[in-house]
Amino acid sequence: MKSFLKLTYMELKLQLREPVALFFTLAFPVMVMVLFGFIFGNEAEELLGGYGQVDLSVPGYIGMVVGTIGMLSIPTTLANYRELGILRRLRATPLGSSPVLWSQVAAQVLMTAAGIILLFIAGLAIFDLRIPNGNLAIVPAILLSAFSFFAVGFVLAGVMPSARTAQAVGMAIFYPMLFLSGAAMPRYIMPDFVQQIAGLLPLTHVVILIEDLWLKGTWNLTSVAVVAVVLILGLVISRFTFRWE
Amino acid sequence: MTQVIEVRNLHKAYDGVTAVDDVSFNVDEGEIFGIIGPNGAGKTTTIESVIGLRKPDGGSVSVLGLDPQTEARKLGNRIGTQLQEAALPERMKVWEALDLYASFYEKTVPWEPLVEQWGLAEKRNTQFGGLSGGQKQRLFISLALLNDPQIVFLDELTTGLDPQARRATWDLIRAIREQGKTVVLITHFMDEVEALADRVAVIDHGRVIALDTPDNLIASLNGETQVLFSVPNGFEAERLEKVSGVTAVHQHNQHITISGNGPLLANVAAALAQHNIAPADLRVQQANLEDVFLALTGRTIRN
Repeated sequence: MKSFLKLTYMELKLQLREPVALFFTLAFPVMVMVLFGFIFGNEAEELLGGYGQVDLSVPGYIGMVVGTIGMLSIPTTLANYRELGILRRLRATPLGSSPVLWSQVAAQVLMTAAGIILLFIAGLAIFDLRIPNGNLAIVPAILLSAFSFFAVGFVLAGVMPSARTAQAVGMAIFYPMLFLSGAAMPRYIMPDFVQQIAGLLPLTHVVILIEDLWLKGTWNLTSVAVVAVVLILGLVISRFTFRWE
Repeated sequence: MTQVIEVRNLHKAYDGVTAVDDVSFNVDEGEIFGIIGPNGAGKTTTIESVIGLRKPDGGSVSVLGLDPQTEARKLGNRIGTQLQEAALPERMKVWEALDLYASFYEKTVPWEPLVEQWGLAEKRNTQFGGLSGGQKQRLFISLALLNDPQIVFLDELTTGLDPQARRATWDLIRAIREQGKTVVLITHFMDEVEALADRVAVIDHGRVIALDTPDNLIASLNGETQVLFSVPNGFEAERLEKVSGVTAVHQHNQHITISGNGPLLANVAAALAQHNIAPADLRVQQANLEDVFLALTGRTIRN
């Protein structure tokens, strides 16, 4: 337990010392929010159920944070640790594998939380973000989504031969998904066939899941199922593909 | 003497390619045991099997009376390792690494005296990526000593270091042994083993082809010693052919090379003194472990 806590704290410190990773996980979603916020404003509109554009986009930005950490941070960090022999050194201690892997998950959950809290701070400070009924069920939904995407990240880390390829492939999968899923821009502005494609993407379901809870307080069971299946698949596959060296 | 490591008929293959064919050796408590061989000979796989990082395909391994496969955690608490191709995160600071790794063991020695002893005190706030090669190695040794281990495994410790840092590292390895620890030293540097090891196993193509003290291995060559020196013009070197133990005398201008056996240097020096000759540049050339390896395999270790 002591090792796990130390590893988690150390991993957090290391993440915070990595300016590029910090930009993508913490600053980029806030920048997107601010950019679109200044373009579209956050005036309450009857057409939008009394919310503004920024209010409605928050679930998407949360999905962006989760996706960035799962698809970019985790694969790159772990593949880098494997490539350099950092995991190899850890293996040569009596520690065992669980604390190493779980500390990575814990640190990344905390990074996700930090990214989301920054979104809320920026939203409240700049756009007077309206918080609908304060439905706390988004917290377990965000955790489920995070674990699901982290599991995919562990698969990528295991399958990709190097940190560079892990990063490149992570970006190649993540960025199209980011723009189609409604995480970066609203889905309703897209043509029908694009929306249909988007319906197949896990990130879309993360956004829908959080959106429905955020605005209506209801669980979208289809999206829960999709995210849960991705989680289970990710766990099973990473179990067989993860490599320590 | 107590045996701390027993390896019997170790065999390990990766995807059908044999890395370790048949390796057996014992390590005694308190000795520096060298394992030497060319790259790809199976040294690292052998040691990874001994510390429990790899599961052997055949044979048996016992370390401090423990099975590295089934009692890995227990064993891990009693050994220290410095592995080849292992690293720390670039941005992790020296003190953070020691503090973190100390939490992995049941009992540890305080790390502050360790950084003093290993000359890292001024670098405690430096990130791993900012350390020199020698400093990184000293940090790895410090990490390997954190749990006050009974056996320390050092794999290619001095590879990539400049000659001065290598010599300094040798002193550090002797210091570890003086604390009563057993040291297993894996290297492809012959001079390192000659300087440090009490006994050495020579491994080639996954087999132990020789195992003895470095002196015995060299003596087993029946190699001749050569004494080389320069003399003033006009000295006739043939006069030295009658000196006891001398088998050949070569003269090239002032440069003389005498080959032979036994206490050759003493005999030649005495003979020169008799003739009132003061030799310049006097030196002795002896067979070394490189020659042993060459004799055993027909190759030099670098190829």
